[in-house]
Amino acid sequence: MHTSNLVQVILVTPFLLAFILYLTAVIVSNRNKKQWPIYRIVLWIVGILSATITVIGPLAQQMHTNFSAHMIGHLLLGMLAPLFIALAAPMTLILRTLPVPLARNITYVLRSWPLQILHHPITASILNVGGLWLLYTTELFHMMHQNMLLYVTIHFHVFLAGYLFTISIIYIDPSPNRKSYMFRSVIFFIALSGHAILSKYIYANPPVGVTKAEAELGGMIMYYGGDAIEVGLICILFYQWYKHSRFRGQTNLQSYEKGGFHIKHNPENYTVVGTDIEEVKRLNANSGMSYKELNEWFAKKVKSETTGITGQQSKNNGEV
Amino acid sequence: MSTKHKNRYMYAERNMWTGILFGFGFVAFIDEAVFHQLLHWHHFYDKSTTDIGLVSDGLFHAFSFFATIGSSFLLADLHRRHAFWLKRWLGGIFLGAGAFQLYDGIIQHKWMNLHQIRYGVDILPYDLVWNISATIMIVIGIFLLYSTRQRAKADPYAY
Repeated sequence: MHTSNLVQVILVTPFLLAFILYLTAVIVSNRNKKQWPIYRIVLWIVGILSATITVIGPLAQQMHTNFSAHMIGHLLLGMLAPLFIALAAPMTLILRTLPVPLARNITYVLRSWPLQILHHPITASILNVGGLWLLYTTELFHMMHQNMLLYVTIHFHVFLAGYLFTISIIYIDPSPNRKSYMFRSVIFFIALSGHAILSKYIYANPPVGVTKAEAELGGMIMYYGGDAIEVGLICILFYQWYKHSRFRGQTNLQSYEKGGFHIKHNPENYTVVGTDIEEVKRLNANSGMSYKELNEWFAKKVKSETTGITGQQSKNNGEV
Repeated sequence: MSTKHKNRYMYAERNMWTGILFGFGFVAFIDEAVFHQLLHWHHFYDKSTTDIGLVSDGLFHAFSFFATIGSSFLLADLHRRHAFWLKRWLGGIFLGAGAFQLYDGIIQHKWMNLHQIRYGVDILPYDLVWNISATIMIVIGIFLLYSTRQRAKADPYAY
């Protein structure tokens, strides 16, 4: 099937709109806020480009007849574009651009339970990898190329499910109801396995309308190409863990030095008083308050919260 | 006692697991790079591959990435805490590498028929070298882990 121009327009419009909106938001918010990082703008451009070339232009045309091209398109639209777009932190940009009351309403919506369920790593993984299993192991793949509506829906689904999955595993934008690194790693690992198994399954069982040779090449592209992008995602996940776990170590060592117990299962990255400094820093980075102001505010808060503990410590020191 | 040793003993478990994960990922990497890509001895897919073999391959393939990358960050974390213990980490590597190679050689190659070590040759010597070297690595790993554990146990702060 030769995609009609209408289909291409329908698919490309949201990406084009998103592209323009992002740049507008950067210009508007830069007027009275800290400069929005250039690298995020670059990530956004690359992300939108990766998605766009799979729905319009020569690659998009190739994808209909050539299964290898289809697989490359699938990797770009469902994995690479979502990763770059997530790293461009669009939600952070929107929240800092809009007037505060409106931004607050948006965060209420983001915190609502339907979105929380969608954003859960398990739901996102099922939508993402489960959707792919459905596409390649049933008649759906063949039907997609006959039916325009199905074609559009599946392409949006691949992108949206890929994006949802990415942001359920790595937190770049403000994400309420966060899951632990361990939990996210385990779900990510299972989803990754599902992707690798499906690749080899396609290799051995070509989808309807795909020849054996095409399926073998396509399966290998999906297997190794998926690996390459997933390596990037895993590195980001562990790097975030590495940055966050700094404080826990010091806390453990302090309790160890005192000859006491060390907290083995301390939930992630909290200071002695139970405040997640990195998280506070990150969320405030774009909210208008300067880093120094934040530190002062934070110091005041910590002081008021820990007066009891510090008092006790100085008393102990006195006795020693 | 120096802080270095105190930290080591405190993070004895983590040194071991960092090594096990790294050894595991390292063997999976050698398997992919040398036997699949360079020598072309292993095949991507074998007609006799069972479904369970496909699932096992997918799980271990995905896990090997997590293990390699995750253990590298864990290693950096141990250094940051001044808690790196080379001997115990190496012990973990030998155990992890040997365990995965033995699993690959016995369960995946033989029982699940995922693929053979090499095609068109007498497979027995290959299987023997593969699995015996795996067993030797496991023995070295257990020895190193045991001796470091004894050292850590002698320390009053350790456990």
